[in-house]
Amino acid sequence: MDILTVRDLTVGKKSSPVIEKLDFSVAQGETLAIIGPNGAGKTTLFKALLGLTPYSGSVTWAPNVKIGYVPQRMEIETDIPLTVEEFFKLHGSVATPEKIREILNYVQLDTPILKSGFGEISVGQRQRILVGWSIMDNPNVLLFDEPTADVDIFGQESIYKMISHLHKTLGLTVILISHDLSIVYQYANNVLCLNHQKLCYGIPDEMLQAEHLQSLYGGERGLYKHDHGNEKAHNHTSS
Amino acid sequence: MTFDAPFFQILITAVFVAASAGLLGSFVILKRMALVGDALSHVALPGIALGLTFHINPFIGAFTTLFIAVVGIWLLKYETELPVDTLVGILFTSSLALGILFIPEQELLEALFGDISALGTIESISSVLLSIGIITALLAIHKKLALSMLSEELAHSVGIKNRALDFIYLFIFALSIALGIKFVGALLMGSLVIIPAAAAKNISRSLHGFMLASVSFGVISAIGGVLLSEFLAVAPGPLFILSSAILFIISLIVRKIRQ
Repeated sequence: MDILTVRDLTVGKKSSPVIEKLDFSVAQGETLAIIGPNGAGKTTLFKALLGLTPYSGSVTWAPNVKIGYVPQRMEIETDIPLTVEEFFKLHGSVATPEKIREILNYVQLDTPILKSGFGEISVGQRQRILVGWSIMDNPNVLLFDEPTADVDIFGQESIYKMISHLHKTLGLTVILISHDLSIVYQYANNVLCLNHQKLCYGIPDEMLQAEHLQSLYGGERGLYKHDHGNEKAHNHTSS
Repeated sequence: MTFDAPFFQILITAVFVAASAGLLGSFVILKRMALVGDALSHVALPGIALGLTFHINPFIGAFTTLFIAVVGIWLLKYETELPVDTLVGILFTSSLALGILFIPEQELLEALFGDISALGTIESISSVLLSIGIITALLAIHKKLALSMLSEELAHSVGIKNRALDFIYLFIFALSIALGIKFVGALLMGSLVIIPAAAAKNISRSLHGFMLASVSFGVISAIGGVLLSEFLAVAPGPLFILSSAILFIISLIVRKIRQ
């Protein structure tokens, strides 16, 4: 059963859309990875999925879907007057002390971190807390926007292991944006290659072939082809 | 110097107005809109001028122009992609100029720098009640406000309506500024909101500690300003700002020592 269906999605100005005529669907329990170069419209796609930006076309979620969201990175001053515990409590009434402890357990952090400043902790710790925050209200879908941007390589791996663990134990549907192709190989069921429009969609083994990646990321020519359905291909500079 | 009934009336009004401004200030600082907030407070001046011209309460006049400006900012933010701060800078300093031109000279000093001793009993009582209203409203929405200021996307993901929340916040902002005009005047009102909160941020690690410290610094500065004005026989507004500036310097020293 599909938990999300996107049809003919266009976002941005008509003359230069950020996303153009995108179609895809996500099955319940699936992990879908969205890959593409910087400026390809990945975060914009998430904003459209969350209803944060105007779009044309349709974004249809299954009924009673509850979405947890982990933003790409939060620009936070190191001296922001907010403790980790208070950050959890901003979630509202679900953030009981028991729930917060349970969540810390899930994201493998110790309770003393609750008293730390939200801006003082490491980026990796903050990412874990954001992941924890996103699952507080028992969502059935998680959207991860580059959950490991700015996190060192060891931190990245453990964050993905944690996400994969959550995916299995909580039976969540996961949609993630990632730059890291090895992560996509390891954890995704399907891959959507996006550069303003859908360039490829399918299982990682097939989609991460050299020709797909070259058309997605540019390769030597820095150009990709796209098809308007009339077999007349023309070039765009990838951004 | 006399500690009589009018003195206590001034003191109590100042304490409540400063407490609500201090609490609001903690969110202005969190939202990183200190300069916009300061410039925005100048929009009160043409409103005061209108009030004086048409013989309506200057508070109503100030609130009206502030409210229009606030709706303007809100629309600008959501309906256009224009950079808000440039426009705010141009529009609001122009309104300062406009206010100075149109407010009669004898009223200008009070409009610019305030005079809380000119408050009547009814005005004092309504100021206290409005301050209590502002504090209650801010406390009721403080978690949502903080989350929305931290990340609109996160706030949206838990069902917070960012636009509506932003509107409520700006409405409270306009109300607070209009309220403080009598106390410190249109020129200094931005400082009444910002300085106690900026000082509080220097010494706070938690959100609730920050809010509490900001309110406390506002109240201490208000008491300091009113007492000093009795001793020195000058208007309390500028003394209030100077008291809070001294608190800011102390907080900066405390912060350095802690580091």
